[in-house]
Amino acid sequence: MAEIMVKQKIVVIGNGMVGHHFLEQLANRPERELFDVLVFCAEPRPAYDRVHLSEYFGGRTAEDLAMGKVEQYRNWGYDLRLNDSAVRVDRENKIVTSASGASEAYDHLVLATGSYPFVPPIPGHEHDKCFVYRTIEDLDKIQAAAEDGKVGVVVGGGLLGLEAANALKQLGLEAHVVEFAPGLMSVQLDEGGSKLLREKIEALGVTVHTSTATELIKEMDDGRLRMRFRGDKSLDTDLIVFSAGIRPEDSLAKSAGIELGERGGIVVDNHCRTSDKHIFAIGECALFNNFIFGLVAPGYTMARTAVSLLCGEAAEFNGADMSTKLKLLGVEVGSIGDAHGRAEGSAAITFVDEQTGVYKRMITDSAGKKLRGAVLVGDTGDYDTLLQYHLNDMDLPEHPEQLILPALDGAAPALGADALPDTATICSCHNVSKGDIVGAVQGGCCSVDEVKDCTKAATGCGGCSALLKNVVDTELAALGVEVNNDLCPHFPYTRQEIFHMVQVEQIKTFDELLHKHGSGKGCEICKPTAASIFASLWNEHIHKKPHVGLQDTNDTFMANMQKNGTYSVVPRIAGGEITPEKLIVLGQVAKKYDLYTKITGGQRIDLFGARLEELPEIWRELTDAGFETGHAYGKSLRTVKSCVGSTWCRFGVQDSVGMALAVENRYKGLRSPHKIKMAVSGCTRECAEAQSKDIGVIATENGWNLYVCGNGGMRPRHADLFATDLDDVTLIKYIDRVLMFYVRTADKLQRTSVWLENLEGGLDYLREVVIEDKLGICEELERQMGNVVGTYQCEWKTAINDPEMLKRFRQFVNTDEKDEKIVFVEERKQRRPATQEEIVKIAEPA
Amino acid sequence: MSEVAITRTEWLQVCKRSDLVANSGVCALVGDQQIALFFLPEQEPQLYAIDNWDPIANAGVIGRGLVAEIDGELTVASPLYKQHYRLTDGQCLEESDIKLASFPVAFDGDYVLIKIDQ
Ligand SMILES: Cc1cc2nc3c(=O)[nH]c(=O)nc-3n(C[C@H](O)[C@H](O)[C@H](O)COP(=O)(O)OP(=O)(O)OC[C@H]3O[C@@H](n4cnc5c(N)ncnc54)[C@H](O)[C@@H]3O)c2cc1C
Ligand code: SF4
Ligand code: SF4
Repeated sequence: MAEIMVKQKIVVIGNGMVGHHFLEQLANRPERELFDVLVFCAEPRPAYDRVHLSEYFGGRTAEDLAMGKVEQYRNWGYDLRLNDSAVRVDRENKIVTSASGASEAYDHLVLATGSYPFVPPIPGHEHDKCFVYRTIEDLDKIQAAAEDGKVGVVVGGGLLGLEAANALKQLGLEAHVVEFAPGLMSVQLDEGGSKLLREKIEALGVTVHTSTATELIKEMDDGRLRMRFRGDKSLDTDLIVFSAGIRPEDSLAKSAGIELGERGGIVVDNHCRTSDKHIFAIGECALFNNFIFGLVAPGYTMARTAVSLLCGEAAEFNGADMSTKLKLLGVEVGSIGDAHGRAEGSAAITFVDEQTGVYKRMITDSAGKKLRGAVLVGDTGDYDTLLQYHLNDMDLPEHPEQLILPALDGAAPALGADALPDTATICSCHNVSKGDIVGAVQGGCCSVDEVKDCTKAATGCGGCSALLKNVVDTELAALGVEVNNDLCPHFPYTRQEIFHMVQVEQIKTFDELLHKHGSGKGCEICKPTAASIFASLWNEHIHKKPHVGLQDTNDTFMANMQKNGTYSVVPRIAGGEITPEKLIVLGQVAKKYDLYTKITGGQRIDLFGARLEELPEIWRELTDAGFETGHAYGKSLRTVKSCVGSTWCRFGVQDSVGMALAVENRYKGLRSPHKIKMAVSGCTRECAEAQSKDIGVIATENGWNLYVCGNGGMRPRHADLFATDLDDVTLIKYIDRVLMFYVRTADKLQRTSVWLENLEGGLDYLREVVIEDKLGICEELERQMGNVVGTYQCEWKTAINDPEMLKRFRQFVNTDEKDEKIVFVEERKQRRPATQEEIVKIAEPA
Repeated sequence: MSEVAITRTEWLQVCKRSDLVANSGVCALVGDQQIALFFLPEQEPQLYAIDNWDPIANAGVIGRGLVAEIDGELTVASPLYKQHYRLTDGQCLEESDIKLASFPVAFDGDYVLIKIDQ
């Protein structure tokens, strides 16, 4: 008789970040098959990234923030009940009842109900212009209320409150923070750090009221709110956001008679089990050692612990480190361990630079040997190193102050990866230790990217990327693997180094470059790279004598070679806008030369099947009609896709076609390490798919949002939001700088996406370079771009008027015959290359 | 009726020096044989002639490839799938069993001569 396996049923209550992590971890295990899984989710959508919630105001949509997708849950075979809260747990019969009336039996119950914002019971707090800051719906409401307001107040000066204040500022409100305690972020920062943070935040235009207790919220005649403070002061505002701490969502557990902490929270043991052994509690609703962990990383660890135990493996949750590093209103803040030095026998070392606004404080034991805590405000560059000392309980160096003092010779004494023990956690989001990484490298991973794929390290918040690279490089070096970034055997330099040499030494030809810095005769890697660098810097015609032999065939013949040796021709159709007259010319030319015609993904028209010798004639006709080359053959700007925008579309808020034309006409002809694509959408509906481009521009009510470094293709990547609400001039300025910086520093054949991923410091660093001009090169970048723009020429127009260049477009140098080996057949009323079998058949008719 | 095929091998004028493109390739047609001609003024010898047909891509494109030095040997990289063929004898570096025909070639004053069976 066949054995029948009875599946056990897991019911998960709550589908926030931690609940989702639990389900994701379980889905990836073979034991998944042993369970039926049902999820109650009170919110109307599955889990999303609450940690990055504020980016919702910065242009990211609910979809961008989504972590769990309905489809994915279906693929995992989970029964997901959206918009349905669990309202009762009958522990005796092991049944959960929901608000919609569903009644579900369980074998194991997982409570992942998270927490809710605490609203102090100030009279008037229930007014409809009072909000909290936790869900996407909360943000929608705040946004709507901010629309016709001027002033916004956040009650609570902790980490979340400051984030909310930033959001209010982004919404265009005059922002205030009201805090009961004497300082900001008093949980994480000591007095000195908190004071400096306050100064910095006030300098950014947020008014801070500390030691201020709100006694009453009153609606005035004009509908605005008046906040009355103790001591007879008051403040008028259009809306209030409460961010006065969180409380564990434990009401369900309470009514089911599960043990709670004195001040709330579902008590769990080191297996994340509640007082009922069939019930787990994980995430922000769980109380371990009388402590609620209000961060995701510990919640994730709890989720993994519960999954392991359910799968029959041993696992424990033993608390977690609450150190944090973040950026609040652009101010870097870090807090490690016992930041206040509360433990007995603590000593402190403090460094303050009032000029630049930097505050750093280390708390050590009395002997100065172990690091107990630290506070960093204004500069968190030392955070990673300090955290490792703290987490691994390592002995501090002889002069521990060196760790926070600015290094005089420039280089900070960063902690070498060698010094870390194998147990050191490098990536806390995915719990990857140094040992795991070393193992991956020894197992064959040869680059940071491969280690990322294999261990998931640095794929969460990304805060550990620099440290990860350090560990990987050190381990590779230890294994004797040379980390080789040489361009090719002829040049022992990276593309970036070569770019620099060409620029500084004003090198204009490949021979000169090879002679001065290379060896041998060059190859198909260094030649086109050099040609591209010359073009970016000096912008001479690619067919000028010394550059002739350097180009790939497509650049040489300024067309794209197809599989049978013929070419396709793509004239520029800027922004995808074309007059009927020009469209007719394209049709006529295609007809005359019998070219297969197809619309491209970039809103242009591609004409296939042109013979080498036909290219000049075709281009003479096209240029006569006013067409220019589309550079489809080059590593250069391809297209700027656009939607019709405010000119035609009822939703459009800006003239997206006009902007697309301006952008395309500016950057056409720019040679770059790889092809570049752009798009402009007329509103957030994003019909032009700008977020899948290297440069994406999306119109807003107030200007343009700029997205950078996305791409489609083999490994798609969404572009990152770089800056918001830019005016036309600033937009172009930023694009100039980003592109030129990319052209200067990228590796050979590196697309912008990979370039950004490898840029140390990532998007923040790019912002510092481009917006804050940290390297002092913005003027030069703009000048370089100005030069490229100013020296633009249509390569085809120049070529067809130069007999010397035209010489190349002969199929045979000794006869005008055609290449008889090119054979076409007809399909769907157009020509296409014959297949090998068809050619054989045509040659020997039956 | 029977016919006798006669094979003659002798130097043949294919084109002028000025038809060549320095540091790059062009293509000539002799009978129905397409020949890729490369002119590298800095190298010794300066001229190379190999079959223009790329047997991997099945297209006549070798003359439009990029000249590349690989481990000290001069080659041309096929423009379609990027295999390297040695300029001196047509040997494919990636596929040992593929070798393009190669032809003796030389300058004669302003003319380019080539030796080919026809
Ligand atoms: C603005 C903001 C910024 C933050 N920034 C950071 C940061 O930088 N770093 C960091 O580590 N953490 C940060 N956090 C905290 C982090 O978001 C939380 O630690 C994390 O979301 C906790 O996950 P959770 O699943 O336990 O709870 P939640 O994400 O709150 O999810 C709980 C879910 O359960 C649902 N639920 C509750 N009761 C029921 C019921 N009876 N039936 C069905 N569903 C129910 C809730 O509706 C909710 O969707 C931030 C939080 C906010 C709000
Ligand atoms: S992106 Fe906006 S403006 Fe452009 S077509 Fe779509 S809806 Fe209209
Ligand atoms: S997807 Fe592949 S087949 Fe299609 S055009 Fe690109 S390379 Fe060619």
